[in-house]
Amino acid sequence: MKIEVKNLKKDFNKIFAVNDISFTVEKNKTIGLLGPNGCGKTTSIGMMLGLVKPTSGNILIDDQDINKIDKYSLLAKMNFASPYIELPKKLSVKQNLEIYARLYGVNNFNERISEISSDLGLDSFLNKKTGELSSGQKNRVSLAKSLINKPEVLFLDEPTASLDPDIGDFVRNYIEDYKSKNNITILLASHNMKEVERLCDSVIMMKKGKIIDSGTCDELIKNHGRINLEDTFLKIARSTNEVA
Amino acid sequence: MRWHKIYGLSLRHLYLIKNSFPRVLDLFYWPCIQIVLWGFISKFFSMDSAYYSDAVGIILTAAILYDFLFRSSISYNMMFLEEIWSRNFTNLFIAPIRISEIIAALTLTAIIRTSIGLVPAALLAIPLFGVSVFDLGPPLFLLLLSLYIFGVTLGLLVTSGLIRFGPSFENIAWASLFFLAPLGCIYYPIEILPEWLQIISKMLPLVHIFEEMRSILINNTVNYFIIYKAISISSLYFLLGVIVFYLSYNGARIRGTLINIGE
Repeated sequence: MKIEVKNLKKDFNKIFAVNDISFTVEKNKTIGLLGPNGCGKTTSIGMMLGLVKPTSGNILIDDQDINKIDKYSLLAKMNFASPYIELPKKLSVKQNLEIYARLYGVNNFNERISEISSDLGLDSFLNKKTGELSSGQKNRVSLAKSLINKPEVLFLDEPTASLDPDIGDFVRNYIEDYKSKNNITILLASHNMKEVERLCDSVIMMKKGKIIDSGTCDELIKNHGRINLEDTFLKIARSTNEVA
Repeated sequence: MRWHKIYGLSLRHLYLIKNSFPRVLDLFYWPCIQIVLWGFISKFFSMDSAYYSDAVGIILTAAILYDFLFRSSISYNMMFLEEIWSRNFTNLFIAPIRISEIIAALTLTAIIRTSIGLVPAALLAIPLFGVSVFDLGPPLFLLLLSLYIFGVTLGLLVTSGLIRFGPSFENIAWASLFFLAPLGCIYYPIEILPEWLQIISKMLPLVHIFEEMRSILINNTVNYFIIYKAISISSLYFLLGVIVFYLSYNGARIRGTLINIGE
């Protein structure tokens, strides 16, 4: 599915969290959404998921405006994972996955749960309560939930935040592998520049609610005369003037 | 003991009160409601102690019916609060579930939770006090239906508040039903209330439900018109609750609170 964002704005009490951004994520591509804290990434993702109503502008998913059509048919093909949202702690991993499989209308959900549990290594704690899991295990369960419906559009908000390097690497490998085997468009918000360099086809840099640059990682590094994406990010984040 | 430590910890709780109006409201709300409720009950018994020939039976039946209302409303709120507490709220609202489906699921589940809580209590009253709520006969089902619709409505209104104001509205969830207790004339006839309060009370289904309950138990007569009136009033409030819920949801989308509720 293709995502088109056109002149999107969102203000809270006349302060713009997102200020006239436009971009396109082509079908089956992975785009990184980067920027300092409070730059409008989460609000932008919230608007694309229908959680936040834009002040103006359009969000088209496969040419359908999410705010003008019955958004539920689109939401069935999308999903989201973030370490800042969790699944009910008193329910087992399997119960949580079953509930979301049902909510997303997944056929043969037992088969799908087995498949994704095996892929993400959840089998050993599938019947354990979600609240009893380590943060690495919770993260994998959250990822499993976000893939339960085999989404065509996946929003990932800092998917490896607070993970140790080993599990972080496992998650990155899994996302990379999953993408190579499935038709999926991914919008990834992350502060881990190495992760972005590895997973993303191109990158959008945001600051103070605006897009200040975009392109492939190599293009951005070259344009800003830096040696890597982290340096480029720092230059943009600390600059007082916006880059055109 | 160090004074600055005691002061520091006290300050933490005082700031919490200062920063949250629902918490301030909560502090003076309960004593006021208790005074009003027990004031009317005392007034009734001091004026007309011979009114009930079977005071225990009527008061316990009223308590069971009131608890049914309380449980149905609280069950509704609890299910929603649990989504907030477990930080599952965002997951739920990005799933392809319509608001009407959320309302329907909560409404259906609330009856199960309410029944689990109430049926044993109602059965317990039979051997312990010789009081059976089932003495109300077939109208009991209609009275419970009206109470359930109204309980769910209160749940909907509080849930709307939770969406609009966030978890700090939680205290209102617990307080909402006690606010209605004095007005609902659960334990005493409506005549005990001042006239101006009677006008407000009659706009609630509770007065009609509990007046009819007393009429059935004391006079052995059933007035179905009053029962249907109570159901109609409850249904009207339910419609209002649904509208308020939709408005709150849309308001939360505009304010962006759905994305970080519970934080």
